[in-house]
Order: sequence, then C-alpha cells, then structure tokens
Amino acid sequence: MTPSSDTALPDAPAVEITGLVKRYGRTVAVDGLSLRAGRGAVTAILGPNGAGKTTTVEICEGYRRADGGSVRVLGLDPVAGRRALRPRVGVMLQAGGIPPAVRPAEYLQVLARFHARPLPPGLLLERLGLAASARTPFKRLSGGQQQRLSLAAAVIGRPELVFLDEPTAGLDPQARHATWDLIAGLRLAGVGVILTTHHMDEAQRLADLVAIVDHGQLVVAGTPAELTGTAGQLRFRAEPGLDTDGLIAALPAGSAAKESPAGHYVVEVHDRVDPQLLAAVTAWCAEHGVLAQDLRIESRTLEDVFLELTGGELRS
Amino acid sequence: MSEATAARADDPEAAWAQVLRPAAGAAPLPRMIAAQAWLEARLLVRNGEQLLLTLLIPVLLLVAFSLDKSLIRGTGVNFLVPGIIALAVMSTAFTSQAIATGFERRYGVLKRLGATPLPRGGLIGAKSLTVVGVEVLQAAIIIVAGLGLGWRPHATPAAAAWVVVLILAGTAAFSGLALLMAGTLRAEATLAAANLVYLLLLGVGGIIFPLSRFPAGWQPVLLALPSGALSDGLRSVLAHSSGFPARDLLVLACWAVAGIALAARTFRWD
Repeated sequence: MTPSSDTALPDAPAVEITGLVKRYGRTVAVDGLSLRAGRGAVTAILGPNGAGKTTTVEICEGYRRADGGSVRVLGLDPVAGRRALRPRVGVMLQAGGIPPAVRPAEYLQVLARFHARPLPPGLLLERLGLAASARTPFKRLSGGQQQRLSLAAAVIGRPELVFLDEPTAGLDPQARHATWDLIAGLRLAGVGVILTTHHMDEAQRLADLVAIVDHGQLVVAGTPAELTGTAGQLRFRAEPGLDTDGLIAALPAGSAAKESPAGHYVVEVHDRVDPQLLAAVTAWCAEHGVLAQDLRIESRTLEDVFLELTGGELRS
Repeated sequence: MSEATAARADDPEAAWAQVLRPAAGAAPLPRMIAAQAWLEARLLVRNGEQLLLTLLIPVLLLVAFSLDKSLIRGTGVNFLVPGIIALAVMSTAFTSQAIATGFERRYGVLKRLGATPLPRGGLIGAKSLTVVGVEVLQAAIIIVAGLGLGWRPHATPAAAAWVVVLILAGTAAFSGLALLMAGTLRAEATLAAANLVYLLLLGVGGIIFPLSRFPAGWQPVLLALPSGALSDGLRSVLAHSSGFPARDLLVLACWAVAGIALAARTFRWD
C-alpha cells in the first residue's frame, strides 16, 4: 500500500460530479448531471422514482462505470481508485445485502475485522437499539431493525464518507429519529453524507445541500432555505363553496386563493405573508360572515418546491 | 477537540459525533479472509439442507452400500470409500457452494461485500478455505466410518499425498463449475441445476456404481468428467496402490482451468 492511498487529497470534496452521463441501451438514466458535495455536510438527493438517483450513487460507489463526464470521490476515480476508496467509504444499499441467516452481532464482528480501527460492534448495537436482537437471525428482524443494522454496517469502519440509499424507508417514527441522530452525528464528526430519500421533511431537517434531480438532470440545488425561499401561504378552514374569486379580488395584487380540498382554503403570495394580507383576508371573511378556523401562516415546504419542479405526477 | 465535542447525555448527536470521527483503514488481508471464512462456516453449519447434503448423505450411502452387499454386487467398502470421498468433494465444492453463492448473489450479499475492504480475490479465498475446512471434516467422518466398516486402504505416505492433491484438484474443478453456474443463472435455476447435476454425477461418476459396468463406449467420456476422474484417481491410489494418477489429475486440472476462467469472465456480482 502506498502512503498516498490513505491520505490522498485530504482537502478534496467528498464527491464532485461533472457532466455525468449514464445510458442503459437507448435509455439515458443520467444526462449531464453535476453536483459537488462537501465533507462534514449532508447532501440530500431528491427525485421521483426513475430520476437517476440510485444510478448516480452507484457510479460514485464504483458499482457502475460512467459513460461520460467525470466523478471524483474523495478526490479519486471511483472505479480506478476502488481499492483505496473501499475502506474509506461506507455504503448502505437500498436492498440491504445482508445474509438472511446472519445474526447482527456476528455480522458486525466480521465487518469490524475488515477495518483497521473499527467501532466496537457492541456500542453500535446498543446505540441503535439492536442489543436485545443481537442474536436474532436477520430475516426475523423487523424492517426497522434490518435498516438500522444496515446503517451500522455502513459506519462501523469509521468512514470519511457514507452513501445512504433511502435510510429511513419504512421506518417507524422512533427508528427514524434514531437514524437522524446518527446522521447528524456523522455530519458533526466531519463525515460527508450523501443521502437519497423520498421524505422531504428528512431532507429539510438534515441536509446542508438539497439536490433535486429529474430525468437524469439536476433541476436545482441549494440549501433548504434557499429552495423554499420566502414565499408563504395562509391556510384556513371554513364552510365549503366560498367565492374564492371574490376573495382574490379583495387581496393585494399577485395573491392567489383556492379551495383544496373542500372546506380548506389556501392563500398564496410570492413574498412573505405580511400583516396587510392577513388583515385583508380576515376583513373579507368578516364582511361575508365567514368564521375562518385553524387560520395559520406557513412558509412553503420543500415538498411544495419538489412537486412544483418535478411536475408532481406519480411515476414508478 | 475532545472538549469541543464532549458528549452530553441529552445530546445524542454530539454523542454520536464523538465516536464517529473518521479513522478509516483496511485490515490486513489475511485477517479479512479469516473473518469471512469464519462467517461462511457458521452460516453453513446453520443451514440444515447443506449439512444433510455435505455430511449426512455421503455417510449414509457408505454405510448402506457397505452393509448390504446385495445392492450392487462386487463393490465392497474398499471400492466405496474412495467414491464416497469424491462424492463429498462434489457435494461441498460444487452443489453446496453453487447454491449458497447463487442465493448470496440474489440477496445482494455479494454486491454489499463489494463495498467493503474485502477484495474479490479475498472473498474467493475465504470461500475456498471454508470448502476445504468442510472437506477435512467430511474426510474425517468418512475415514472413521470406513475403518469401522472394515476398510483397508493402501495407506502409504505417497498415497496420502496423492489423495490430498486429487482432492484439491477436484475442489478447484468443482468450484469453478459452481461459480460459473452461480454467477450466471438465477438463484432458483442454480438450485435446481446444481441438485440435478449432483444426482446425475452420483449415478455416472463412479461413486457407487463401477464405471466398468457401463458400455465400453461410455467409459472414456465418464472418465473425462470431473466426478469420474476424481473417483477413479482416488480409487487407483487407495484401492489399487497405483502411483501418480497422471491422467485423472490432468482431467481435473483441465476442468479447473476452463471452469475458473469461464467463471471469471462471466460472473455477475449483482
């Protein structure tokens, strides 16, 4: 082993993707995607099914070769540098990849033996709530326990970078929070985290950088605050069938209002909701004898932005 | 640094951050291979069907056909033990390994291992270690059972050496075929085909039925199969005290080279 393989480019970004292209036959799975993910930061890749998320991550992991563009992981080519990268990069696959008959304790013990300075398996089992199931065969663990074991396997070698493909898919709220604590801990410890997810709240809560991809291209990238912007909305509940056109006419220019679903009203503005808008809405309600219930002001969520940018149609 | 990240009981994120500080590095290759072989052996011992196939069936066949001489005339325990050792090698290196590897591929286990520091060569090494370990156990059981049944082999040091060489060559030949099958077929197809080939070679591999009972035209073909070559080689050394089993070793070496080369070219890891 050359001394450089462990220490090569210590300041290189965790992942740097430039103009990545990947085709399967005539289908273009990734179409000129560029993305830069830092160390000590959580980068969330969001996108509808089939957007190219998993393909992109698997190219970074060295499982697939790019057809075009360049990918650097910790400064190295993920295929040519695979031997040097494998100890330094932790991977959690969507499909698990853990033998059905294996027991959590023995599985982590074996993985620990692959690494020079691993975490103690017992510590991971305890902190992830798996200590009581340490000797239960993998196939008899609950879905949430299986996911947490998979997560433990990804971090046991104390990696500099981890790829987590939908780490909280199918988890109950408690297990999700345990996973979020660990991911936040990775970030604090200076580990780069690349995360794909379908949960917008997860990205909003954890990510330093959110990259929305669709049709193999980067649609937009930014911090959650940049993406959700300042646009706001005002929601209330009242009897169904109010005259929303009349309401819009009473509001400042550029406002929109709609009823969706019946009895639930939302007023949207491109700027922050201000006192004048609130006054205008309540004045209109008073004038028309409408009692607005559950009246509240919200900012746009990442989910609103995502649906707006990706068209919102369901794909599988 | 340690004060800055000092964990507080009420701050799980900081507590994680303290233990998750990067300290990456691969373990030495022998340690990785030993750990993986240990895991493979444990999983194998936990699999009832595999134990039946590798440990129980060979011994049952040996005992049944040794005790009841009317089943196949003219084949005593001295004929049977070398054939049963060949069967044991075939069951472990070929059938058991093909099925286990096929399902590992299906469950994404091989893909997941590809993301650990264990290189592919190390994984093959671990699998081979496990196979040889099981074979040693099988051989011990078969030899003890055979001696109990009145087996009197030509047990010279040279014979023992040739037996070891034949078993290793047979293991390489069957392993190549097992990985060729497991790396290209679906797991269910591998399961069916590996069992079918096992039964077929049990019948025509010179395991229990002497190849001399087959039509003369068949015999060169059956001796050119890895099963026929291995059982014939073991039998010539242990029962007939022949020397260097050159032809049988050459057959096994050819199967090993061809099988491993083909498997290396065609193996799909996911």
